[in-house]
Amino acid sequence: MKPTGSAPRLAQGLVRSVVPVLLALLVSGLIMLAIGAHPLDFFAGVWKYGITGSNWQRSLSLMSPLLIVAIGLIVAFRGQLWNLGYNGQYLLGAVVASGLGPMLFAVMPAFLATIIVFIVAILAGAVWSLIPALLKARYGTNEIITSLVMSFIAVGVVNLLIKGVFKDPGTSTPQTTVIPDTDLLPYIPGTEIHIGFVLAIVLAIVAQYVLSRTSFGLRVDIFGASPKAARHMGLNSTWMVILLFALSSGLIAFAGSIDILGQFSYQRADWDPRYGDAVMPLVFLARFRPVAAIPFVAFYAVLATGGTLASQQAGLNVDFLLVIVGLILLFMTVTEYIGERRRLGQSYLPPGLRRSLPVPLRAESERTPV
Amino acid sequence: MTIAGALTTGDVISLRGITKAFPGVIANDDVSLDIVGGQVHCLLGENGAGKSTLISILAGMQQPDSGTVAIGGEIVDISSPKVAVDHGIGVVHQHSTLVPAFTVLENLMLGETGVMLDKKRAAERLAELADLLGVQIDPHVLASDLGLGQQQQVEIAKAMWKGSRLLILDEPTSMLTPQAIEHLGESIARVKAQGLAVVLITHKLREAYAMGDCVTILRGGRNVGTIGVDELASYTEDQARDAILAAMFGDDLAAAGESASELAGAAEATLESRSIDADTRPVRLELRGVTSRASGRDVEAEDVTLTVREGEILGIAGIDGHGQAALAEVVAGQRSASSGAVIFDGADITRSGVHSRQQLGVRYVTDDRLYEGTVGSMSVALNLVIKRIGQRPFWRSGRIQPKAVDTEARRLIDEYGIRTPSPGTRAGTLSGGNIQKILLARELTNGARLVVVNKPTYGLDLKTVRLVREILIDFAAKGGSVLLLSTDLDELIELSHRIDVISRGRLVGSVVNDGAGTAEKVGQYMTGAIEGTDR
Repeated sequence: MKPTGSAPRLAQGLVRSVVPVLLALLVSGLIMLAIGAHPLDFFAGVWKYGITGSNWQRSLSLMSPLLIVAIGLIVAFRGQLWNLGYNGQYLLGAVVASGLGPMLFAVMPAFLATIIVFIVAILAGAVWSLIPALLKARYGTNEIITSLVMSFIAVGVVNLLIKGVFKDPGTSTPQTTVIPDTDLLPYIPGTEIHIGFVLAIVLAIVAQYVLSRTSFGLRVDIFGASPKAARHMGLNSTWMVILLFALSSGLIAFAGSIDILGQFSYQRADWDPRYGDAVMPLVFLARFRPVAAIPFVAFYAVLATGGTLASQQAGLNVDFLLVIVGLILLFMTVTEYIGERRRLGQSYLPPGLRRSLPVPLRAESERTPV
Repeated sequence: MTIAGALTTGDVISLRGITKAFPGVIANDDVSLDIVGGQVHCLLGENGAGKSTLISILAGMQQPDSGTVAIGGEIVDISSPKVAVDHGIGVVHQHSTLVPAFTVLENLMLGETGVMLDKKRAAERLAELADLLGVQIDPHVLASDLGLGQQQQVEIAKAMWKGSRLLILDEPTSMLTPQAIEHLGESIARVKAQGLAVVLITHKLREAYAMGDCVTILRGGRNVGTIGVDELASYTEDQARDAILAAMFGDDLAAAGESASELAGAAEATLESRSIDADTRPVRLELRGVTSRASGRDVEAEDVTLTVREGEILGIAGIDGHGQAALAEVVAGQRSASSGAVIFDGADITRSGVHSRQQLGVRYVTDDRLYEGTVGSMSVALNLVIKRIGQRPFWRSGRIQPKAVDTEARRLIDEYGIRTPSPGTRAGTLSGGNIQKILLARELTNGARLVVVNKPTYGLDLKTVRLVREILIDFAAKGGSVLLLSTDLDELIELSHRIDVISRGRLVGSVVNDGAGTAEKVGQYMTGAIEGTDR
């Protein structure tokens, strides 16, 4: 019953990761039927607009911010720090690119300006995370609450900036100046995929290596497994919380700046793609392994790219994509629960259900002699 | 005085074929026994023998997979703790369940179901029970102000509050001073005289024949031997001991040999460490007026001054939670000292952290071996080198060197006899004894000069207890110094050259362990400090 070799364990991990996705797609299909939409049309649409023609390039472009957000979440989650301030952190990074970018591109070479934008974006994210990190390290405050609240504040600050100092004086709508195509991130030769995609893949591989092969990765894992053990081993937990939060938040802000410089070229007030909401269940499916997150993020990128048009054609709201993500999360929890019980050699049935079964239905060994 | 539902002598609670399995382990396997009113029934067995599961079933906290419980011939289904109380089954757990901020009376009335609190009637009931137990309990004292012996008396009163026919005591003596154990024995005798049945769980043989009328021995979840009332009465003490030992260890008895009776607490403990001439040895560790500070709510060490010499084992006796953890951590460097100085080999290390102390040879075997001492989700090999993260040869420029780690792990696994399928096995899947060996292997090798051990044998099986103690004695014999914090007096007496007594974070007395009477002296310091006559 207990898998011992690495091959069965890998297979089991794969099953536990893929099954929830399949179940979520199945049930979302049923929901579509129930509300009068055609699931087959929808899924065909996803395939058509997400992959065929040159659409796969759009999907890969979307992967770049998603994957970097995923890595940022993984870094924090491995240390059992639940950084839920991703939306605000992402927008902070984005606004650095869309606000500061045009000013810098005007006065210096694009290459240099891009580097500066990235550095400032990462720093902005990292500094923003200091408050929840310090509160957590010093007073043990729940970082889920503080990072979430800081995210709301960040969203507000970003909107104020776009409506204020970063507003493009040339238009009446509150948005930043459009960065000219020549200053944006270059494409991978022969495609329309910006090099942010390459950066994201490289980051995933580096993060995987650092987390699994180095002493730093081991320290993070010890800290995540038990802060008490970390203290016993002589790790400085205050420093660890601050560092992990800064790394996580900095990476997510980096994703925002890449998305602006690679894809959007300007930013409107009240725009919030909420990538983190969609990515979060995926990093759990990938068991906090950056490289394992790549296929899941790719799957979602196709779903999101194709799904936007497909959902309109199938008569659904775009928000239906989040329903699918929610279902993945739900089935993931169920699969995990059943998997754990199976591993422990227990019955699938919860004890309460077993007890209430009439005696003849129970297995012989479970029967109580009277 | 009448006790509701009391058994007439000879009335019986019968357990028949009780079986209870948990994932991977059968805790009770077809256990049958009779508990008779007016008798003290001792339940003996090692850790993990199934004693606790059996009483949780009697107390309604667990339901058996099969088997029946009958009271006076009538089969009952004890489906919840409330049902157990209604049947007059009361349990006194090993650890206090009193609410510290409540008075004795309030604690006793916690289970009352009426809308209004009837304090007058409760006070009467308490007086009645105090009279029965032969103790004096002030109903208006806060539970937190009670000594441990008194707390236990209140717990017994609480267990008998609704009228009892069966009183279950789970290792009641494990944290008591010798004096308090005597009081407890008197109370048990009085309860018995009232016709109640008493189940006494212990792992110390001498308590079994001092207090018990009959004995049941559990091993590996099975009832492996019962000595009836007449039988036990007809035995001499030696015969009883041999019979119990044979049942407890079975075929292992020969292997356990001479030490078996010692292990089972059959006789008084005596010093087993090689005696040393302390005055000639250089001082290894010195604490000068050390007061610790942490953000938690633990009892802190207050103004602690002590010395440990080369090759010496200094025991720290005291009731659990009286600042032992703070003292251990302040020496290990995990907790900072707000005043005073920590001197190691003549150098002041008050300000240095865990890592540099580790390098100097200050080691710490924590009492929380599962969640603090090891990382259960990581391999045995990693756990063995985990305190040397980033150091050569296990890491080179930040990269882990699996071969070097594996070699070192195999060496330590061999040397300390850690039973693990492979170095790559997750540490959390090993037994408590093997996890403790991982800790000892990690802390005692690679230049260890002083080791702080906190409750090193707590919750281990008897063979591993023996082994751990031998490892510590051996370490001291080779010139290492040991600061041994323990709540087990027998252990302290067996190992320590000197014993200091800690109470509320302060050292309140020191006893040189040089022969008979040490336990009593330590006990006096403990009672004097805690159940203070001046209060």
